[in-house]
Amino acid sequence: MRSRINDFAIKLANVNGTGSASANSLIMQAIFRMGVPVSGKNLFPSNIQGLPTWYEIRVNPKGYTARALDYDLMVAMNAQTYARDIKEVRTGSYVLYDSSWPLDADLHRDDVTFIGVPLARLCNENFKEVRERILMKNIATAGALIELLNIDADVVAHLLEEKYGKKKGLRESNVKALKLGGDYIRENYAFPLPFHLETMHANDDKILIDGNTATALGCIYGGATVAAWYPITPATSVMDNFKAFADKYRKDPETGASNYMFLQAEDELAAIGMVIGASWNGARAFTSTAGPGVSLMNELLGLAYYAEIPAVVIDVQRVGPSTGMPTRTQQGDILECAYASHGDTKHILLFPSSPAECFEMAPQCFDLSEQFQTPVFLLSDLDIGMNDWVTPKLKWDDSYVPNRGKVLTAEQLEKMNKFFRYLPEEGTAVPARTLPGVHSKGAFFTRGSGHNKFGGYTEVPDEYQEVMDRLLAKHKEAAGYVPPAIIERRAGAKVGMITIGGCEPAVREALDILDEMGRPMDFMRIRAFPFTAEVEAFLEEHDYCYVVEQNRDGHLCSLLTLETPVAKDKIRPVLVYSGFPLSAKNVLDILAVNVEELNAIYR
Amino acid sequence: MPSIVKPLVAHPSLAKNALGLTIRDYEGQMSTLCAGCGHDSITAAIVKALWELSTPPHRLAKLSGIGCSSKTPTYFVNGAHGFNSAHGRMPAIATGANAANRELTYVGVSGDGDSLSIGIGHLCHAIRRNLNMLYVIENNGVYGLTKGQFSASTDVGSKSKKGEANKMSPIDPIQLALSIGATFVARSFSGDKAQLVPILKAAIAHRGFALVDVISPCVTFNDHEGSTKSYKYTRGATHAATESDFVPPASEIVANIGPAGSTSIRMHDGSVLQFTRVPDNYDVTDRGAAMKYLREHPGQIATGVLFADEGIPDMHEMAGSPAGALVNVPFEKLCPGSSALESLMANFR
Ligand SMILES: Cc1ncc(C[n+]2csc(CCOP(=O)(O)OP(=O)(O)O)c2C)c(N)n1
Ligand code: SF4
Ligand SMILES: [Mg+2]
Repeated sequence: MRSRINDFAIKLANVNGTGSASANSLIMQAIFRMGVPVSGKNLFPSNIQGLPTWYEIRVNPKGYTARALDYDLMVAMNAQTYARDIKEVRTGSYVLYDSSWPLDADLHRDDVTFIGVPLARLCNENFKEVRERILMKNIATAGALIELLNIDADVVAHLLEEKYGKKKGLRESNVKALKLGGDYIRENYAFPLPFHLETMHANDDKILIDGNTATALGCIYGGATVAAWYPITPATSVMDNFKAFADKYRKDPETGASNYMFLQAEDELAAIGMVIGASWNGARAFTSTAGPGVSLMNELLGLAYYAEIPAVVIDVQRVGPSTGMPTRTQQGDILECAYASHGDTKHILLFPSSPAECFEMAPQCFDLSEQFQTPVFLLSDLDIGMNDWVTPKLKWDDSYVPNRGKVLTAEQLEKMNKFFRYLPEEGTAVPARTLPGVHSKGAFFTRGSGHNKFGGYTEVPDEYQEVMDRLLAKHKEAAGYVPPAIIERRAGAKVGMITIGGCEPAVREALDILDEMGRPMDFMRIRAFPFTAEVEAFLEEHDYCYVVEQNRDGHLCSLLTLETPVAKDKIRPVLVYSGFPLSAKNVLDILAVNVEELNAIYR
Repeated sequence: MPSIVKPLVAHPSLAKNALGLTIRDYEGQMSTLCAGCGHDSITAAIVKALWELSTPPHRLAKLSGIGCSSKTPTYFVNGAHGFNSAHGRMPAIATGANAANRELTYVGVSGDGDSLSIGIGHLCHAIRRNLNMLYVIENNGVYGLTKGQFSASTDVGSKSKKGEANKMSPIDPIQLALSIGATFVARSFSGDKAQLVPILKAAIAHRGFALVDVISPCVTFNDHEGSTKSYKYTRGATHAATESDFVPPASEIVANIGPAGSTSIRMHDGSVLQFTRVPDNYDVTDRGAAMKYLREHPGQIATGVLFADEGIPDMHEMAGSPAGALVNVPFEKLCPGSSALESLMANFR
């Protein structure tokens, strides 16, 4: 086999709750430190211990980070899933397995090379406690991989030093286990494998971070003071991280007081209620949740929309409907969030595609929410939120000034004849608001019941409708302020490929492959709803557009047909919704079904 | 139906409070409730209590859920911000509001449907957080606004207007609150302003969650023969477990000349709540005793301040919040800045 440097994919099959996660991240981090573009996807079950779990690592010199679906090495450490894991690798690839027990004869494949390492036996002989034997088996596996893949041993030693510097015992165990696996490979097999790693310098200005951590940091930097939530996968780590960062950055140096309030609510109804109450009082407040939480929040989201109160909701999407698959990824909440709540409602949505964008967009959510006095959703997903992504280092511009929207001061109110809450000035649909505690003249009654532009209760048809029409105009006005779509054109492109959020890496890779096949296509990633002007123009320009998204019903397709003049037959849904992060292969497979149409266009 | 605006004519002869405001300055819009509704009497008592306490109107936040009772914040203190939120969700909204600005005075008004059915979870958790607010349940044993369904506080055997008797056991907000650690619990009757006003004042002065359950007859759907929350029934069955007098900080000395055998509680703001123990052995600071007393007097509607504890930290104290409002912390203190971020990035290599 031709040697392939820094261009392969491996899959590690494990049992969850056995400590495989730390071995996986050790390998991932080591590759990252070697300067090689890498991505890791954790395909884990909704369970704490005992079910199958997989981790995929892909390295690619061009920086493709989507799932490969084409594995060069399967690290088969879960006897329960041997059959399907061994079946999954392609011809010419390798399987690393625990040879403490012989492999079943019917699992054998002639087109695959098996590398047996008696990991359990080695660990049993060298470690005393049962727990340690189980944990160190993962590290011994990592030791074998270091040799097989030519991972820089110094980098690994450094990582262990950083991680266990103070816990000498743990570090020694790790070093010992690494050596067990490594020695066995060196003594028994040719190494490294034909595909392996060589140091590069692609990651000098990069970091390895998950989207939820980046989101939490964005909320800290955006000045959020009230965080209210109810625990739910995959959003929990947003709040875990927010709390950790707040403890680090928000303790008043003089008084030691906490310049934030962290509220673990009784449910999501309360969580959004708390956000609304805090925002009503002028704080930057947010909640983080997933689909089931957004479902519960619907009632109060309508209140915030109608009474015009800011609220930031971070929705880390997972697979629905209902409880669905909590540890799998999807983009199935787009429509729910766009129109959350009963009656006529429309919200502002931002769609980050990476942890870097989560960090960037979190403060934008607060700005937009306060500027337009309305709920704003950050629609992340499990893939972005919980997997580590190689991302440019996060940067902060110290000249950032939060946009608090139109909030009247005591002095302004004092000078006013009379304040009317829902009466905007000429040229905008956004009225000024007042905060409690500032001035009696700013006092009014916030209500979710019918109200007129003066803020008074009403059941008069025209008065009601006038406010509703302005709310629609306000949503349209927001289109001028949300992040624009990213558009990239290719010479000779005849059709467009539109996508959203974390689909981006897979779609870009697919477009490169299509280009090589003589099928160049233009790219557009939509970053916000309401749709910005260039979205309509892009749709207009192309005979038709593929829309790649991760849900069954084509939420983005629907939203585009509902909210732009595009004809439905100009939209070709490319829908992948089985719960794992998208691969370019998924996209190409779907396009292949209509290959005649494509051929006709590109003839 | 446009809101009805009450003509505001200032009476030069009206007494002024410490802020120089008359009681009219604490009034709100004209009530749109049924004539004779108990809720309106409670509104009047709230007006009086706030006026007597000289609460600056603009430093008051009035919150409610949905129901006839929840409409009433419109009917008091026009100069205060109000929030008529959603059915049962007021405690959550008040929690967030208070989190953001602990400096305001929070008055929440709710109904028995709002608090004991749809919003019971939020109520319980606001109690657990010891959210600093006055929380009034205007308890009429019925869903007024949706026209007369039984509520969770309807007593067994109590009859609806159609004559149907309730068979399910009621939830007593007082016993519920005591069992989950409420720090101030009182009950009164809408028709007894003399008792209600000092209770409300003490409840506002209390640092923490002050639950005041006010029996408030619904004249339209629950004031008939056979209802246990009618005027007639309630007048006969209420029974003061404690008599209380509330002494604001400025006139503290007066508290010392209470009747013999009385208990004084110094509220967090320095004011004094003074009790005359009607039953000899009632100790208002003993949670267990309060629960026992209520259990042992099932037919009676014990009124008065039934329990108060000033020593339990409120939500902000538990969280270690700054002394002032979070909304007043300047952005520079909230945003760690670019250099902190740059050094943090080393953790993600
Ligand atoms: C989510 C929701 N469900 C139902 C209602 C209808 N509703 C309005 S008020 C009310 C009951 C109010 O009862 P209570 O809180 O006791 O107030 P009262 O009118 O008796 O003072 C109900 C069920 C609503 N507004 N919202
Ligand atoms: S229906 Fe009952 S509770 Fe509602 S306003 Fe009339 S009397 Fe009051
Ligand atoms: Mg009621």
